[in-house]
Amino acid sequence: MSDIDLKHIARLSRLHLTDEEIRYFQTQVAQILAFVDKLKEVDVKDVEPTSHPLALQNVFREDTVVPSLAIEEFLKKSPRARGRFFEVPKIIEDNA
Amino acid sequence: MTMIPTIGLEVHVQLKSKTKIFCGCELKFASPPNSQVCPVCLGLPGVLPVLNQEVFNLGLRAVLAMNGTVSKKIKFDRKNYYYPDLPKGYQISQFDCPLGQGGFIELASRKKVKLNRAHLEEDAGKLIHDQSPDSSLVDLNRAGTPLLEIVSEPEIDSPEEAYEYLTNLKAILKSVGVSECDMEKGHLRCDANVSVRKNTSDKLGRRVEIKNLNSFKAVKAAIEHEIKRQSEAVNAGQIIAQETRLWDDAREKTFTMRSKEEAHDYRYFPEPDLVPFSVAEEVIEAARKALPELPKAKRERFIKEYGLSEYDAVLLTGEIGIAQFFESTVKLNSNFKAVANWMTGPVFAYLGENNKNIEETKLSPALLIGILNLVQENKVSLQAAKEKIFPDVIAQGREAKEVMKEKGLEQVSDDSAIEGWIQEAIQANPKVVQDYKSGKETAAMFLVGQTMKKSQGKANPGKVLELMKKALNAHA
Repeated sequence: MSDIDLKHIARLSRLHLTDEEIRYFQTQVAQILAFVDKLKEVDVKDVEPTSHPLALQNVFREDTVVPSLAIEEFLKKSPRARGRFFEVPKIIEDNA
Repeated sequence: MTMIPTIGLEVHVQLKSKTKIFCGCELKFASPPNSQVCPVCLGLPGVLPVLNQEVFNLGLRAVLAMNGTVSKKIKFDRKNYYYPDLPKGYQISQFDCPLGQGGFIELASRKKVKLNRAHLEEDAGKLIHDQSPDSSLVDLNRAGTPLLEIVSEPEIDSPEEAYEYLTNLKAILKSVGVSECDMEKGHLRCDANVSVRKNTSDKLGRRVEIKNLNSFKAVKAAIEHEIKRQSEAVNAGQIIAQETRLWDDAREKTFTMRSKEEAHDYRYFPEPDLVPFSVAEEVIEAARKALPELPKAKRERFIKEYGLSEYDAVLLTGEIGIAQFFESTVKLNSNFKAVANWMTGPVFAYLGENNKNIEETKLSPALLIGILNLVQENKVSLQAAKEKIFPDVIAQGREAKEVMKEKGLEQVSDDSAIEGWIQEAIQANPKVVQDYKSGKETAAMFLVGQTMKKSQGKANPGKVLELMKKALNAHA
């Protein structure tokens, strides 16, 4: 069975998990992986991978301008804003 | 020991559609912050991106112009990473089924730099860091701007080749009308991958990626610097770390941005919100046939048809507007070389100084020919035409003849007038006349210059020289 670094996965998803939570989810993730491993037993060597569940292709929109929406409404729902901008904490590379 | 560099370039070019790649927000440069946004490009839950047909067509045209192959199956994928300029937490890009594969860009040496792929993706927003010490501001106008990323094979051998590759690539993209390629507006951005090795049999060295290259000059300088830095390190027995470095244009140095241990884990997977795409063979063939003349073909035709030098042909075919202007002008006056000289000389100097395209000036082919004709007919000296008439014509759109008359620049070829100025020059410089008499032929040229001065540049210089010799020989 494939192992998974849950700490790494949590960090990539910006989830802050305690050690206890890590242990708790580790068991669940292991079960999911076991299920996926079961699926791997099916012989799919002549099957093309599905990239989209619907039998549709070439869906386009025309290059026509649709009026943009007033930013004020969006900014109201943002945790922080300043003037016409969204405001976020200063970015520091965190070795993620 | 001299090291062998290996260089690969990744170019992001902004495709010139009216609206964003997956929503109908307008693409207008320098709009107020967050004025071109909607739920799709803000990445709100429950929205559905739909691919812009024009973006797809422009990408397809670019792939064909770069001699590439359009993939049989085209799909989009999510490239996952967290950054405040990326509202969804992922960028819609293409991973294993890009729009285009292969192709090449040819250099003057006939070397063909092979391309790996070209794929469509959305741009991120813009972060502003200098407004407050503890926060950054986010403007998402740019989020969702359509980009084509063009990835070369690591086949570029020198900074000069990298520069030429970019120049040619830009000329191709501009000539087929897929992008305005305005560097100052960020329409064309480049990252460089550089490694060095000791000799040809060695395997490739560790690859360093350089970002923050804002001009072709910066690309060249950064690659030069990086080759030197890596070569010195290898010669000193150090091991090059695989990392991403940033170019500092002011200090002309690269410095570490992130090492491989900190490299992103993008976890690509198929974008379920977009369907796959494919293009019928007939559509590809029709698009290929509809391609306008490419820069290389145009350059060769200019050399053959107008007898231009390779150098002039390169200058005149680099931009479609310039090439069209030249061809319209030579229809009015078939002195090809003179037209080429006027364009690559005074016209280019004016465009460079004023940072304008030729379309943004008041110069027309007919107005340029107006100046050229005055010179050809000896009505005005070349110097006066360049310095006194041309600036008014290009800046104000006035007729050359009118400017010449107003400024009194009409060349004087009348013998008696010229002889008058010659006599003044001779009388004012008796010593120079003596020099001439004692065999110093060049003294005559000084007197010609003095005569031109007295005429305020209006005398026909050929005529002055002829009459000056006569006058000096007659002068006892």
